[in-house]
Amino acid sequence: MSRRKTERLLNLVICLLATRRPLSAEQIRQAVPGYDPDNDEAFQRMFERDKTELREIGIPIEVHRDPWEDDPGYRIVRQAYELPEITLEPDEAAVIGLAAQVWQRASLAEAASGALIKLQAGGAPADLAESPLELRLDTRDAAFPALWEAVRDRRAVTFAYRSAGSESVLTRVVEPWGVVSRGGRWYAVGHDRDRDAPRVFRLSRITGPVSPVGRPGAVTVPEGVDLRSMVGFQEAPNERVALVKVRQGTCAGLRHAARAVRTGPGEWDEAEVTFADPERLAGWIASLGSDAEVMDPPDAREAVIRRLKGAFQTAGDPSCER
Amino acid sequence: MSSDRLPRLLALVPYLMSHPGAEVPEVARLFGLSEKQLIDDLQLVWMCGLPGHTPGDLIDVSWDGGEITIENADTIARPLKLGVDEASALLVALRMLDELPEFEGRDVLARVIAKLEQAAGDGAATVSSQVQVEIGAAPGAHSVISDATRRRRRLSLRYYVPGRDEITPREVDPLRVVMVDGRHYLEGWCYRAEAMRMFRLDRILDVEVLDVAADPPAEAEPMDVTAGVFRPSDSDELVELELTAAGRWVAEYYPCEEVVELGEGRLRVSLRARDQSWLVRLALRLGDSGRVSSPVSLADRVRETAKQALANYDSVA
Repeated sequence: MSRRKTERLLNLVICLLATRRPLSAEQIRQAVPGYDPDNDEAFQRMFERDKTELREIGIPIEVHRDPWEDDPGYRIVRQAYELPEITLEPDEAAVIGLAAQVWQRASLAEAASGALIKLQAGGAPADLAESPLELRLDTRDAAFPALWEAVRDRRAVTFAYRSAGSESVLTRVVEPWGVVSRGGRWYAVGHDRDRDAPRVFRLSRITGPVSPVGRPGAVTVPEGVDLRSMVGFQEAPNERVALVKVRQGTCAGLRHAARAVRTGPGEWDEAEVTFADPERLAGWIASLGSDAEVMDPPDAREAVIRRLKGAFQTAGDPSCER
Repeated sequence: MSSDRLPRLLALVPYLMSHPGAEVPEVARLFGLSEKQLIDDLQLVWMCGLPGHTPGDLIDVSWDGGEITIENADTIARPLKLGVDEASALLVALRMLDELPEFEGRDVLARVIAKLEQAAGDGAATVSSQVQVEIGAAPGAHSVISDATRRRRRLSLRYYVPGRDEITPREVDPLRVVMVDGRHYLEGWCYRAEAMRMFRLDRILDVEVLDVAADPPAEAEPMDVTAGVFRPSDSDELVELELTAAGRWVAEYYPCEEVVELGEGRLRVSLRARDQSWLVRLALRLGDSGRVSSPVSLADRVRETAKQALANYDSVA
């Protein structure tokens, strides 16, 4: 934005705030320096753009249509413009400072620091004490800003989505109810229109842009919906026990997680490890190479062998196509 | 930056009105400007004012001797109200703070949230309840570590390093406790590494507070976590993996330098690792859903390790 334009816009804001009666475009043209005095069309275009820009930064311009006048009038109503009186004690301001830092690198950083500066401009103490606590939230998922906006505007969205481990990408149309960060990952929760059911989507699995569908305000969040419990899938309890041989002096992590470790024959110890999913257990045990061996149960043992064979074969054939 | 200028001016003027005599360097820092940029802003403001634009209508600003005074700006003496995004960004973060187990001053939080909600109106209150951050349960060591950090005591840890599958004893001078993306970390000077280190709290198996004052060396500076906690160094070896759809999770769990879609859900990723043995373990875990495509020496190691492991099972590859 050029300096002249910033000056013009600032003068326009002051003019519209100062006036008691709505001003016509022509009156504004006379009152605010920088508008074209000769070319009506050029003035109209510029004035339209200026109004749009002011509204984009949140300035409420009121339009009055008086039946006795040909042209509408404009003004900014002070109560709608101004930050209400908000008194913050130093400890309260410090907490807000801490909250504003949370988004430092994320897509909401600008919004958070904009809020902070407005509060400080409104008289909140600006001297923020150093805190021994440091908090950060990332929103590196490209889909985050568009979903935030969709939730804010109550607007449906569409995006391409790949379910976990799936080979294909499907287009989904979703009425978003909210976004939840869990375990460092963001999830969108909403009503999937094609499946006509609630669904949870991991933002990192959205491929490509998130585009709005239909009008803002069209989404209704069901009463009493609990976003977190929808995202918080329950892991099956570890009800099964595997017997694993571990080489002495190795496998520190497994030994720590085991419910019992006994001295075994030769250079081996025997550990009892609880698990739910044999494939997950197999991934873990396979990663330990020749330092661990599942003895029992057979399905877990087979799963380890399969993984090791898979790793052996794929590592051996640089041109293998799978 | 220039498109932010009008919002900035509409905050700067009220700030100066409510802080008469504020000094140029301090104001510049607060608004994230150089002193020259701030003076330029002040000069711009000085050209503006009420219609008529006679000297009596214009805003009067002076910064003689570095102290800023402003007059005749009553029309814009209050800042613009908070936008929905602005208020929501703060409210979401405040509600997250409320879940931190060690957070002292929950009563302060409640007051702040109420005040902000009132100032921001319904829109922000609703949006901010639809964006939620769940904090991982704080491990038992949390309160001991937070307390020792405040009291500046040295800690003795037993710490699990998954990269090497080892548990190592460490003495650490704690600097701060950091929460990044829902996970808790201790940041401190590690005497074993003789460097600053981040310790994930859920991997600290034992902690003891020593009767020794923390005394980190002068070079112990907290790291900038804005770019993430894990930052591989350029000197670490670059490794390339090919993943099937079942192995895609690797790209979600580890920071990759490059991710290329190969079709049918397959990916090629490159990542840097300090330690080859970690990659061997990753490749074994992946089984046939991942393959080291470069360097060849690493692929050979995976093959060799898999062969040895299969020998345990009396199974020939």
